[in-house]
Amino acid sequence: MQISVFYDKENKEKTIEIGKNSSVKDLLANMKINPVTVIVSRDNNIITEDEKVNDNDKIRLISVISGG
Amino acid sequence: MNCCSEKPIISLEAGQKLCKEHFIEYFEAKVFKTIRQFDLIGKEENLGVAISGGKDSLTLLHILKKLSEQNPKIKLTAILINEGIEGYRNHTILIAQNFCDKNSLKLNSYSYEEEFGMPLDQMLNILEVKPCTICGIFRRYLLNKKSKELGFTKLATGHNLDDECQSILMNQFKNNIQASARLGPKVGLNDKDKNFVQRIKPLYLCTEKEVTTYAFLNGILDVFNECPNVVKSYRAQVRDMLNDFEAKFPGTKYSIINSFLQTLPGLKAAFTDAEVNFCKSCGEPAAKEKCNACKFADRLEKAKVAI
Repeated sequence: MQISVFYDKENKEKTIEIGKNSSVKDLLANMKINPVTVIVSRDNNIITEDEKVNDNDKIRLISVISGG
Repeated sequence: MNCCSEKPIISLEAGQKLCKEHFIEYFEAKVFKTIRQFDLIGKEENLGVAISGGKDSLTLLHILKKLSEQNPKIKLTAILINEGIEGYRNHTILIAQNFCDKNSLKLNSYSYEEEFGMPLDQMLNILEVKPCTICGIFRRYLLNKKSKELGFTKLATGHNLDDECQSILMNQFKNNIQASARLGPKVGLNDKDKNFVQRIKPLYLCTEKEVTTYAFLNGILDVFNECPNVVKSYRAQVRDMLNDFEAKFPGTKYSIINSFLQTLPGLKAAFTDAEVNFCKSCGEPAAKEKCNACKFADRLEKAKVAI
């Protein structure tokens, strides 16, 4: 499957190749991102780590770390 | 376990999964419970709210506005410090101003440039100093001074559970337990000492992830924005280590806070007897003859002359 991921901390979109039946947790592990540090949205709705991702999904990762 | 038949948006550390509506309810109830549990806000207050335009402080202001609407004797005023950090602060000031305008709240802004003669960026060019050290000292100084001038009974800040955990660990790692005595949900001396405006942290028991989720759901979250000086900081390294630990051992942050709260009365008793002096230059509270802000201001003057 191909997932398009926009990570706000890096301000860029990436295409991630991931196996069928993968979850958000698998996607974050693939990208080496600690799930504690982001919230994940699809179509502007927040989804949990257990949620399955689908081919051609557009995912946005929102860093919870900000400020000074 | 899911809260209801609606799709969950967050898994809590205890394993419970909440949908959007139940999460908002849970988050607000937690903040109001924190306010009651630690007696943070009285029935009548002229409450200052320190904001930066970031998610934590705007979430705080959003919730306190709800509280003040239910309790008209709690008056809210926002206060913002512009440190002068190119490419960072100007944007968040606009966000803060828009938020206050939309919510009919007064925003009082002060800058390092007006108060100390130059923006932080320039200070860092002429002084060999860690950015967060000088910035933190000047910000706390201005917040206390301006809060007194504005007649605030208390000053609320957007510090969350992650911020507090980081501070606790940093103080441990640096063997600076006396600084931990000044942490907790309510800091500063009691009402008898009018030189300190008490600072309160209503988001004390909310994780950074919970605050971000709440901000996102309420349309408060802006684009990602991190102070460029943070990446260099000791705090950022402690933060990353703590997040790695939290991922491996969920609940670590709550454990740190809960055990800290048990030791806090002992820490306060051990360290708050120390006599408070007042700075001979500005009259603000100080540990020694001069406060740290005046010491840095003196160093800036000397550095300017040397250029």
